[in-house]
Amino acid sequence: MTEGIGARVLRKEDKRFLMGKGRYTDDIVEPNQAYAAFVRSPHAHAEVKGIDASAAEAMDGVVAVLNGEQLTGDGIGNIICGWGVTQKDGSGMNMGAWSALATSKVRYVGDAVAVVIADSIEQARNAAEAVEVDYKILPAVAQSMKALTNDAPEIHDNAPGNVVFDWEIGDLAPTDAALAGAAYITEMDITNNRLAPNPMEPRSAVATYNDAEEHYTLYTTSQNPHVARLVLSAFYQVAPEHKLRVIAPDVGGGFGSKIYIYPEEITCLWASMKTNRSVKWTSDRTEAFLTDAHGRDHVSTAKIGFDKDHKIVGLKVNTKANIGAYMSLFSSAVPTYLYATLLSGQYNIANIYCDVQAVYTNTVPVDAYRGAGRPEACFLVERIMETAAREMGVSPVELRRKNFVTSFPHQTPVIMAYDSGDFATNQDQALKAADYDGFEARRTEAASRGKLRGIGFSNYIEACGIAPSAAVGSLGAGVGLWESAEVRVNPVGTIEVLTGSHSHGQGHETTFTQIVAERFGLPTENIQIVHGDTDKVQFGMGTYGSRSGAVGMSAIFKALDKVEAKVKKIAAHVLEASEDDIVIEGGEVKVAGTDKLMGWHEVGLAAYTGHNLPEGMEPGLKETSFYDPTNFTFPAGCYICEVEVDPETGVTDIVQFVASDDFGTIINPMIVEGQVHGGIAQGIGQAMLENVVYDDDAQQLSASYMDYAMPRADDLPNYSVHHASTECPGNPLGMKGCGEAGAIGSPPAVINAITDAIGNNDLSMPATSAKVWAAIQAASAKQAAE
Amino acid sequence: MYETKYHKASSVADAVSLIGESDDGKLLSGGQTLLPTMKARLAAPSDLVDISGIANMHGIKVSGSTVTIGAATTHAEVARNADLQAACGSVACLAAGIGDAAVRHLGTIGGSVANNDPAADYPAALLALGATITTNTREIAAGDFFVGLFETALSDDEVIVSVSFDAPSKAAYAKFPNPASRYAMVGVFAAQTANGARVAVTGAGSDGVYRQSDMEAALDSDWAASALAGVQVGSEGLLSDMHADAVYRANLVKVMAGRAVAGCA
Repeated sequence: MTEGIGARVLRKEDKRFLMGKGRYTDDIVEPNQAYAAFVRSPHAHAEVKGIDASAAEAMDGVVAVLNGEQLTGDGIGNIICGWGVTQKDGSGMNMGAWSALATSKVRYVGDAVAVVIADSIEQARNAAEAVEVDYKILPAVAQSMKALTNDAPEIHDNAPGNVVFDWEIGDLAPTDAALAGAAYITEMDITNNRLAPNPMEPRSAVATYNDAEEHYTLYTTSQNPHVARLVLSAFYQVAPEHKLRVIAPDVGGGFGSKIYIYPEEITCLWASMKTNRSVKWTSDRTEAFLTDAHGRDHVSTAKIGFDKDHKIVGLKVNTKANIGAYMSLFSSAVPTYLYATLLSGQYNIANIYCDVQAVYTNTVPVDAYRGAGRPEACFLVERIMETAAREMGVSPVELRRKNFVTSFPHQTPVIMAYDSGDFATNQDQALKAADYDGFEARRTEAASRGKLRGIGFSNYIEACGIAPSAAVGSLGAGVGLWESAEVRVNPVGTIEVLTGSHSHGQGHETTFTQIVAERFGLPTENIQIVHGDTDKVQFGMGTYGSRSGAVGMSAIFKALDKVEAKVKKIAAHVLEASEDDIVIEGGEVKVAGTDKLMGWHEVGLAAYTGHNLPEGMEPGLKETSFYDPTNFTFPAGCYICEVEVDPETGVTDIVQFVASDDFGTIINPMIVEGQVHGGIAQGIGQAMLENVVYDDDAQQLSASYMDYAMPRADDLPNYSVHHASTECPGNPLGMKGCGEAGAIGSPPAVINAITDAIGNNDLSMPATSAKVWAAIQAASAKQAAE
Repeated sequence: MYETKYHKASSVADAVSLIGESDDGKLLSGGQTLLPTMKARLAAPSDLVDISGIANMHGIKVSGSTVTIGAATTHAEVARNADLQAACGSVACLAAGIGDAAVRHLGTIGGSVANNDPAADYPAALLALGATITTNTREIAAGDFFVGLFETALSDDEVIVSVSFDAPSKAAYAKFPNPASRYAMVGVFAAQTANGARVAVTGAGSDGVYRQSDMEAALDSDWAASALAGVQVGSEGLLSDMHADAVYRANLVKVMAGRAVAGCA
């Protein structure tokens, strides 16, 4: 079987992308289409005293200028947060209202106050500049620590002190007691820098209202079109669900930022109804920096204790999570259940306590971005493990090994029950691939060239494949996180698989066909994946949290079970054999041990002609499954980064990057390696280059590629990618997620390597050459003083 | 982009008259700065006068030790010109490191010099080489030409026709790129010229390109990277931004100067 599980099948979707024939939202052109341009606040915090649109309305091509009063007046609901977090004292979140178009107050630069609909995009933009908004400017704050001070401006009336929630996990008293009795203590302040998601395709929406049918169609850049339809209808009251079709066509990257239903999509749908025109909006790159949900932005203190044998006795963490100006869809889950539940890392830790204060600031809302909470946890755990090893004077490799969880299932003190893994084997494999034994010789050789060479480790674990619906429901999620699949075998035997997962770069159109090919021995060219359209796929939860393999493909697997059962019944009937004797292989349905067989297409034809089916059997061959996982999956691995630093400039070259990952069953190794490469690239971006910078007035200084440093090819090393898999017992294919692991596991490896090279552990991300040079200066000044 | 009127100038005189007739016109050469700025709606010239097609503004001429480069010559042409490579490889090499391939095939030396971006590469070379900027009305010495951030001695309707300089006996440019824009965060052009050692710094000065005279003095007495060891580069007057503070830039000025001298051919 050359196209089944484990085959490096080339990506079926690449032909249209390489030929320039992908069809993205901005490629959609509706008859009589108008364009939207948003009037955005240039101030980070201000009262809106009035909006004068008269000059704009008089301009050429302007169809309408619409504002927040009209929007809320039409009953369009406020933007929701889909996950309710319960505070320490049992109360709910202090959530402020977020209207798609601001009415009385703006809370970040880019907050939309009005929209212009015009015949052309230039007319819309010109008119948007002519809308006069009377702002009363208020003091603003961009950093969480500053927002928590007494003299900080209050951003929402119902969030005193800007605290959205004060949440905890684990047991405080036993953790304090364990740390009090520890033989060794390491304490650190750890910051996780703020990132902008930067998908290659900016967000876009094309909304069309059909007044004859009172029906809406929305093309949009979404990772989860069904969730968008649900939320747009049930909460924003744009249209009833059966009167709203959401289509997410080709989508050029999401990284989490296209999970959410943003003000622009809501406004375009509503504006289409108001103007009776199709309304298109496509973000430009500056708007993307100003409005796409950002990621990370944690400020933490951490304290870890070890006994005299270097076994961990406890970990205590406090985190301030910058949530931005409003609560985005999953913003509450990211710094809580997706973060603190991973603080046990790969280690046996009996006592963990973490409390998290989520803080409003006058910045872009912060939500899930590739990894979502787990990179923050992994960075904290792996930085403090490496630091503790240095402080105790033991090998960072041995310290980790000594504390590995080795038997499964393993219940951590922070909810997660790890189901499988083999951390030592991944570590061994990575050490071997990195030639760890030869490192000191390489360090010496580098020194002879005037370079500082260092090595750093990261033993990450993450929880993905979200998630068991009842479990997440009990933790506050407003939705279930199952997935659906429908397998349609056509009368000629070709197959369409309709999935609720959505591919925006992950290669589903290839990988998903491989499990069908594996099952029935059919060529993948006979199998088509259908996704991204609420009129075609009945329902689905979409793609994020590395869930499309473990959850989405499991749903397909279950539907294939049902198809297989019916095929066997039909064949047994036609071939006059026992159902138990029917085998399906190589595209044929056979009676085992005989030469009796039917071609796959003959079974399809039999099902649809209905001429000769078992008594009582319905014609047709189409099966559906809704799969709800029983647990998260727990990908884990060992990343090793080796760097050389130029002490004169602080310039850091990554000279080696080794990854050894446990992803369980791998369907297409080529696609999995691509995910790992991309994830590590983003992790190196976070570690060395990327940073969202705000000034004291909460203006975003880094809102273009002149200042936001995206990683480029020459910033990145060649990767050495390996796998050592243990099967996931929680799903039928034994899969773990691979989409986010690289971004989760790599940043601490990079920073551990650089700090090892320069002999100064005080280094924050992004470790730019300027910061690395300053850290080298600080270390030599300290040495000189001693 | 706001609405604008496009004109293709057929000669320097035509360009001068078109720009003089416009309300708020701008000369367009390669457009690698102006067009992105207009697309971002940060500039709104009433007219664009395209001078890239003017024939006598193109090309590179090396005559004895004198190099003359037409203002509309692209960075790519400068980078690959064999005569220039032989006479003054440092300038060809500098041009090869400007922007990316697309920028180099459209952007021109005249456009870069006229814009005087404080992080542009050419100003360092022209200042160090004591170049002459020739316009439709006069010749301006590089030392008088670069006035401040995005400011030059050019008047509004003045067109740069060419730049010229005497090839140095030795020269090299060492650039430390900004991690995001890849403009020079610090770029140092060091040259041994008929008038002595010259060290010009771009990317670092808060008034734009400048000469590091203490380094020039040190190199005049001993043309070697080691001669710079004793020169203290202060951070006063240097740019400070989210990528690099003035102290780091001062360090880079010294390191890049040393590398330029060491790299001199």
